[in-house]
Amino acid sequence: MAVLVIAEHDNRSLKSATFNTVTAALQMGSDVHVLVAGHQCSGPAKEAAGIVGVSRVLHADGIEHAYAQAENLATQVLERARDYSHIVTAASAVGKSFMPRVAALLDSSQVSDVMAVVASDTFVQPIYAGNALATVQTCDPITVVTIRTTGFDPALTGGQAVIEEIPVVATFALSRFISQQLTRSDRPDLTAASIVVSGGRGMGSADNFKLLENLADNLGGAVGASRAAVDAGFMPNDYQVGQTGKIVAPELYIAVGISGAIQHLAGMKDSKVIVAINKDPDAPIFQVADYGLVADLFEAVPELAEALG
Amino acid sequence: MKVLVAVKRVIDYNAKPRVKPDGSGVDLSNVKMSMNPFDEIAVEEAVALKEAGIASEVVLVSIGTQACQDVLRTGLALGADRAILVQTDIQVQPLGVAKALKAICEREQPSLLILGKQAIDDDACQTGQAVAALLGWPQATFASNVELSADTVVVTREVDGGLETRALSLPSVITTDLRLNTPRYASLPNIMKAKKKPLETLSATELSVDLAPRLKTVSVREPMAREGGVLVADVKALIDKLRLEAKVI
Repeated sequence: MAVLVIAEHDNRSLKSATFNTVTAALQMGSDVHVLVAGHQCSGPAKEAAGIVGVSRVLHADGIEHAYAQAENLATQVLERARDYSHIVTAASAVGKSFMPRVAALLDSSQVSDVMAVVASDTFVQPIYAGNALATVQTCDPITVVTIRTTGFDPALTGGQAVIEEIPVVATFALSRFISQQLTRSDRPDLTAASIVVSGGRGMGSADNFKLLENLADNLGGAVGASRAAVDAGFMPNDYQVGQTGKIVAPELYIAVGISGAIQHLAGMKDSKVIVAINKDPDAPIFQVADYGLVADLFEAVPELAEALG
Repeated sequence: MKVLVAVKRVIDYNAKPRVKPDGSGVDLSNVKMSMNPFDEIAVEEAVALKEAGIASEVVLVSIGTQACQDVLRTGLALGADRAILVQTDIQVQPLGVAKALKAICEREQPSLLILGKQAIDDDACQTGQAVAALLGWPQATFASNVELSADTVVVTREVDGGLETRALSLPSVITTDLRLNTPRYASLPNIMKAKKKPLETLSATELSVDLAPRLKTVSVREPMAREGGVLVADVKALIDKLRLEAKVI
């Protein structure tokens, strides 16, 4: 039986996470279908049809799916779920919200945050804030999985899958969208950026984050933050990197004024190269950093930005 | 209205987990255990709703061994009215917990069920959504603000690009994010009083739920250790390393 991937998109284009998720899905079965449920989302549906390895795109278009509501998405997925051996999506805020509903209604035990596929029923997942890696095997008839996208390369484009229009089956009236406040940023998406510059409590103020933004812009990177920096109000919560924030694995991660608590390391220690800039030589971040600079960040960061500008 | 809060006993968030040498799991003997941090936030929210005169009763529930009584007592000391332990020696997984919580919700008929967004041990992030699905209730995951009225709850959620606000009909399920509130500490007199609050113990058989684990753990290992890094003298040396050695800029 085929594998069904539920695409993540903003109704205009696919999120990069979908490409990584297709790569993971192709390791579970050779026939991969993608469900694009949204509102006026023919753009993402066409994009999904162009992913190499995808043979069919199910396109469900209706106002019910305008804001990726978990109850509606779950209902939509369940309508076709029994035709598939695996149901797969990215472990994003959207995926983490709707997928456990799908799993529960299929009486299936979801495997969360899969970072490697060992066999079609066996997966590696991080537990205890990434301090241990568990290999788990499912015995449920339908395997339900969310994917840690940093564990998989993005799938290639150039394919030509069939697009099948399917009816919207979701009308869950008990939950109603009111509003959203999205953070505007011209920088690359944090979870997909190849360079991430993150700041912690040591930044001292929201204003001082401009130093990091300047450095990130000179490197073409994204800006992240530790929980301490978010709690202090220096940055919005969606910039948080860590166990309970975003998981990133860029080519280069620059941690500035971040001590390196377990919960922060959980979100970035799979980065290829880690740089730490901290004035405390005993900060735990230096134990995972490839290159450490013990220095005052208010001198080092502007100097670094200028040299790379 | 009644608010039900699900709490889990987990390794303390400051403790460093150690993988057993035989690869069978994480060694929890002689490790400090505490209430899951997200569940503390859930208890705080429920108790604050009671103090505001909106909730009439706060009931805690935990599923696990006899040892889970300690986190229930902690929750009672924080202001909950009574507690239920669904006692089992089975290593319960989120689907089993969701089934047990569904049975408890059918018994207790709460208007609101609050859980943490994830447990810091299995990091699964499933239970709240799963129990909402089984009950056919609406859900609001990753809540950073909750405003409750007689028949509706308005929840602001932390989503990937920022925040989203939704209105849910009651009864509903909410899972807490870190920024929902700052949990209080239990005072000594309240810890003493909590010992006298009711704590009911039920078995899974009494609830007629199947808690058997469905995911089989094949092995558990430590992640690859990162190779030791080097300290560089100054910014110039750092740039040289990044350009010539690491080749990432």
